Amino acid sequence: MAKKDLGDRGQGLGRREVLECMVWAGTGVLWTVSGGVPHSVGLIGDALAAEPTGFTFLQMSDSHIGFDKPANPDALATLREAVGIVKAMPAKPSFIIHTGDITHLSKPAQFDNADKVFGETGVQIHYVPGEHDYIDEENGKAYLERYGKGTKGAGWYSFDDHGVHFIGLVNVVDLKGGGLGNLGAEQLAWLEADLKDRSNSTPIVVFAHIPLQVLYREWGWGTEDGTQALALLKRFGSVTILNGHIHQLAQKVEGNMTFHTALSTAFPQPAPGSAPSPGPMLVPADKLRTYLGLASITMVQGNKPLAIVDKTLAT
Amino acid sequence: MRNLIAELRFTPARLLPGRAVVVAMLLGPLAGAMLALAAVAAEDATGTVTIDNFTFTPPEITVAVGTTVKWVNHDDIPHSVVNKDKVFRSKALDTDDSYSYTFASAGTFEYFCGLHPHMTGKIIVK
Repeated sequence: MAKKDLGDRGQGLGRREVLECMVWAGTGVLWTVSGGVPHSVGLIGDALAAEPTGFTFLQMSDSHIGFDKPANPDALATLREAVGIVKAMPAKPSFIIHTGDITHLSKPAQFDNADKVFGETGVQIHYVPGEHDYIDEENGKAYLERYGKGTKGAGWYSFDDHGVHFIGLVNVVDLKGGGLGNLGAEQLAWLEADLKDRSNSTPIVVFAHIPLQVLYREWGWGTEDGTQALALLKRFGSVTILNGHIHQLAQKVEGNMTFHTALSTAFPQPAPGSAPSPGPMLVPADKLRTYLGLASITMVQGNKPLAIVDKTLAT
Repeated sequence: MRNLIAELRFTPARLLPGRAVVVAMLLGPLAGAMLALAAVAAEDATGTVTIDNFTFTPPEITVAVGTTVKWVNHDDIPHSVVNKDKVFRSKALDTDDSYSYTFASAGTFEYFCGLHPHMTGKIIVK
C-alpha cells in the first residue's frame, strides 16, 4: 500500500496523499485564545494569513537534540529552521509550550545546544520532559536542574495566562513494565487539588509528552492512568490536551475536550501499526522537512470548533 | 530437554541420605550424559538478547546460574533494561550499546524497557 502511495505521488497528490503528508508536516501548532476558547489557526503559514488577533501560543515538540541517525543526521539544524520560522512570525506568540524530548540522550551538551537555539526565539518556553530527557545517570536530575524550578515532583506545574489555566504534566517517569505512560498517584492528587477551586468556565490547556489518551497500546502510545486525569477535567467547558511523543499529527474532539499531538522537529515516526516498530521513519532527504514542524494555537471568542494549525519546515 | 535436566538435578536433593550413595552409583554412567546435556543447554541459552524494532529477542531465555546475559540495542532509539523487581537496571543504551548482567542465583527475572515499558522480556535462571 505504501508503495502505491509513493507511486501516486508522482501523478499529483490525492486527498489521501495530502493528508498523509500533513501528518508528518509541521514546525509547531499556533494557538490563539480569546473569549476562553482555544482555537488553532491552521498551519503557521495559514495562521500568518489569518492574522489572529487573540492570544496565541506555540507548541513545539520532540526536538531530540543529539539525534544523528539516518532519519535525520542533524536534528539541531532542523530545530534551527523551526526556530527561524518562529522568529519570522509577524506577531510573536505569547510563549512556547514544548511537549518533551528536548534532547535525545539527556546529555548536558544536548540540553545546552537546545537551550541556545530555543533562546533565539526570544519567547518564554514552558517545558515538560519526554522520556529522552530523563535518562541521565541520575534519573532526571539534568532535566530538573534546568527546567524544574518552581515545579513539583518530577517536574509538573501549572500557570495562568490570559484567563487560561495551563497544566504541564509528567508521564514519562517511573514507568511500569508492560504498561504505558504513567502519571502516578502523587501527581493525580496534585492535579485534583490544582483544579479544585477553578470554575467550570475556566479554559484549561493540559500539556504532557506521551498522549494522555491511549492512541495505540501496542506501541505504548498512551498513558496508563490518563483516564483518571481526564475524569478530573471532564467538568470544564473547554479542555485542550497537547501531547508529543508520536512525531505525527493526531487530533480528536471528544465533547469539550480536544486532543492534539504535535509533529517533531527532528524525525518522523510511522503511523500506528504501519511499520514493525515506532522507531524513526526514514524518508527521502528532500522530503524530510514536510514531515517536521510546529503548531500554533489561538484562543478565539465564540463557539467555533477547535482547530489546530500545524506548519511544516518545508515552505 | 531443559525440563528433563531440571528434574534430574532436582531429584537427588529429595533423596534420603542413606540412599544417596546407591543412587549416585546408579546414576554414575548418567552423570557424563547429564553434563553433556547441561553443556547443550548452556549453549542453547547463548546469554544474548538483542533489541530490534522495539522488541527483546528472544523474549524469554533460560540460562544456568552464573550465566552472564548481554543485551545489545540495534535500534536507532535508546532503550534500557529494567528488572521488574529492581534486581538490575541498565543505563540508557544508545545504538549498538550493550549491557551485561550476571545471574548469580536461580529465579525468574522479568524485565522491561524503562523508556518504552510495553517492551518486556524474561530471563529464567535454573
